[in-house]
Amino acid sequence: MTPHMLTRSLDRGATVFLLVVAALGVLIPLSNLLLPAGSFLQVPTYLVALWGKYVCYAILALAIDLIWGYCGILSLGHGAFFALGGYAMGMYLMRQIGTRGVYGNPILPDFMVFLNYSKLPWYWYGFDMFWFAALMVLVVPGLLAFCFGWLAFRSRVTGVYLSIITQAMTYALLLAFFRNDFGFGGNNGLTDFKDILGFNVQAEGTRAALFALSCLALILGFLICRAIVSSKLGKVLIAVRDAESRTRFLGYRVESYKLFVFTVSACMAGVAGALYVPQVGIINPSEFAPGNSIEAVIWVAVGGRGTLVGAALGAVVVNYAKTFFTSGMLAPYWLFMLGALFILVTLLLPKGIVGTFNAWWASSQEKRPAETTVSAAAEDGVSEPKMAEEAQ
Amino acid sequence: MLANLSARLCSLLLSLFLIAFALPAFAGPFEDAVAKFANDDYSDTEEAIGVVASSGNPLAFPIISALQDGRLMADPDSKKVYVTGADGKSIDAATGQSVASVPDSASAVRLNNRLRRSVDAAVGSLTLQSPDVGTRLQAAQSVFKSHEETALEAVNAALAKETNKSVKAALGDARAAILLFKSDATEVEKLEAVATLKARGDQEAMALLTGMGDQPASVTKAAASAIGSIQSSLAIWSTVQNAWYGLSLGSVLLLAAIGLAITFGVMGVINMAHGEMVMIGAYTTFVVQEVIRTRYPGLFDYSLLIAVPLAFLVAGAIGVLIERSIIRFLYGRPLETLLATWGLSLVLQQAVRTMFGPTNREVGNPSWMSGAFELGQITITYNRLWILCFTLAVFAILLAMLRYTALGLEMRAVTQNRRMAASMGIATSRVDALTFGLGSGIAGIAGVALSQIDNVSPNLGQSYIIDSFMVVVFGGVGNLWGTLVGAFTLGIANKFLEPVAGAVLGKIAILVLIILFIQKRPRGLFALKGRAVEA
Repeated sequence: MTPHMLTRSLDRGATVFLLVVAALGVLIPLSNLLLPAGSFLQVPTYLVALWGKYVCYAILALAIDLIWGYCGILSLGHGAFFALGGYAMGMYLMRQIGTRGVYGNPILPDFMVFLNYSKLPWYWYGFDMFWFAALMVLVVPGLLAFCFGWLAFRSRVTGVYLSIITQAMTYALLLAFFRNDFGFGGNNGLTDFKDILGFNVQAEGTRAALFALSCLALILGFLICRAIVSSKLGKVLIAVRDAESRTRFLGYRVESYKLFVFTVSACMAGVAGALYVPQVGIINPSEFAPGNSIEAVIWVAVGGRGTLVGAALGAVVVNYAKTFFTSGMLAPYWLFMLGALFILVTLLLPKGIVGTFNAWWASSQEKRPAETTVSAAAEDGVSEPKMAEEAQ
Repeated sequence: MLANLSARLCSLLLSLFLIAFALPAFAGPFEDAVAKFANDDYSDTEEAIGVVASSGNPLAFPIISALQDGRLMADPDSKKVYVTGADGKSIDAATGQSVASVPDSASAVRLNNRLRRSVDAAVGSLTLQSPDVGTRLQAAQSVFKSHEETALEAVNAALAKETNKSVKAALGDARAAILLFKSDATEVEKLEAVATLKARGDQEAMALLTGMGDQPASVTKAAASAIGSIQSSLAIWSTVQNAWYGLSLGSVLLLAAIGLAITFGVMGVINMAHGEMVMIGAYTTFVVQEVIRTRYPGLFDYSLLIAVPLAFLVAGAIGVLIERSIIRFLYGRPLETLLATWGLSLVLQQAVRTMFGPTNREVGNPSWMSGAFELGQITITYNRLWILCFTLAVFAILLAMLRYTALGLEMRAVTQNRRMAASMGIATSRVDALTFGLGSGIAGIAGVALSQIDNVSPNLGQSYIIDSFMVVVFGGVGNLWGTLVGAFTLGIANKFLEPVAGAVLGKIAILVLIILFIQKRPRGLFALKGRAVEA
């Protein structure tokens, strides 16, 4: 990843995206902290936390777009990596509570006292140190993805089969984390956090800092993805997506490429989960629900598969819509809208918002008749995201 | 005012007078015997126990059991006997009338060891000969558990009178248990007892045989062989039980997956809304039962027979509609199909939630589906048995349909080589729609059966979708027999894992095993071979 590669990888859309995220990451916390409460331009704290959540979802969407948009791996279990990262952070936050819990036990979190644990399970050791927890946020999802991918890609489980077994994976984890004797708080999960690195998680300053950090993580994640997809490695990934067998016959070890990108993506999802937990204040097994993972895929589809910017945009747009519709009188109709979104996007907007825009932009720039591009794109649905590459 | 008072006094006096003279008039052998408890003489008490126990008077049981617990109070001055209850209330033992308080001069009727045995025997015989079958059975079972020697006579007496078959068997077991532990029973009696317990063959019989203490050599030997045979029969029954549970679970899995085996297995369409077709079938059953309840209550037992074709039609029609409006635009794009049908499942769930409410709906079992019967040591419920039969019937019909009907032939042709089939004049798009409708319709039928054992709620389908995909993928896509074998293998494996690992861990283990299995055989147990695989 040389600086040269980084600059080369930035086209105009990416630059605009990075500037917008950076501006939001600086301006929203500043407005929240410096302007007087109730002022027109002041962003209330609850909105900071809400937007922080969206930014974490955007990182998750980026991770999914990296494997689905550029390598053709549709994971229906990315919510599992997200939740595992979240649990790693949650464990650190639980250990920070110390004697301030309901039972006042300096070592054991409340739920363990309640469930009559005599001592801390071995896998909770080390989570009182932030650096260890931060490492685990990357290592645990990464390791799971590595093992899973190593088995799956080597035996050439592809396409729908891979999607179904990733779904089975997250479902199995859901069942496991619901168990009380699994040592992660069972049904209730981990909550009631007090401090992160000595700062109160509820405080406005901490929330603003977490928001800024999430934006920073989004920028970093975006740069990493961009660097990967615009390198030679990225070209091979796209080749795998469009013609896996052909790439293999050309002498590339397809499974190694897939494994690498799948593991990177899982680590990113873990980071997203770790940033999500302190801002939301709870992590429980429902994050593993297969439905969540599928919903994350639709964010990517809405924004535009294989565009990176589109994935992040889709996550924010869909979640904003979710917040907007589920809080009003339209709440009972939200699932109709979400369902219709799934159907309409796949039927009518296979390239997503950004992909469609890019296609339109490219065709209008080159002064070519628009029909040829559109009809060519409509013929092969699977390789749609090619358009995004041409747009660079 | 004054007249009123005097009238009350008069009636009070009159009633007192009547009571004073009426009591002696009704005094019979029972009352005389009760009075003997107040004599504080062991032989009188023994006589009283005998008379009271054999009197058939409803007060006999409270009196004897009070005597057993030291709650029978006798007043030596008035020769009155009282039963004090655990709650502090007391009754007159002879009449059963409640009394305000027991006089201070009354003391508990004393017992010695000999009397205590006869009291125990009397208690046993009183309940053993109760007119209620349930009480008798319970008494016999409790004697079996306690196997007190003193109860032997009562058991023998009850055994002679007993006509009910199951009570008689329980009494026989109780007698055997007593004889086994009776020190002065003959060797022949003991050997007979061991044989009876061996025939009983359950955990309790084995516990008695293992804990029987010192016995003649022949009895010990017989007991050892009896224990061995009970152990092996228990092991066999627990295996049979697990196998039955496994078959039952397998039939449910097969039923849920069989429609998917058509849409996913034969057509290659990833239908994430498959579970919702099952749910629609279940709600069709609910609607049918509602109509029957309000209009034609007599038809309730036929509700399922009416619901099956209706559910097939409703779910099948919705399936055809889905295929024509969504899925046909997405052929060859499996991942997009997956997302679109997932969206569809959300819409269908929410639609049902809006129409029928989010809570569980009550679907009743017809009389022929409720209840259970005993087969050896295991209990088989009728609804599970019917579902197993029903599943196999649906499977056979589906298989026959694909094999012998024109539509089945066309379906197979289109699946194997679409362009060739089209060249031969098959309307492929019509066949696509009908195939999808068939798969959905069968899912609807599954819903009818599953409504009998599961909660009918908008989330019904979701709980089956992952399992169904697991079954189809495990069995091998495009192969109905694979689905059958896959469903029963997973069902039985799950139920044999459950006692070892617990329900949830067992399920997790199965999921992990399937994930690993797919690594080894990515195309399932019975993979299709040849060019079709790569298409």
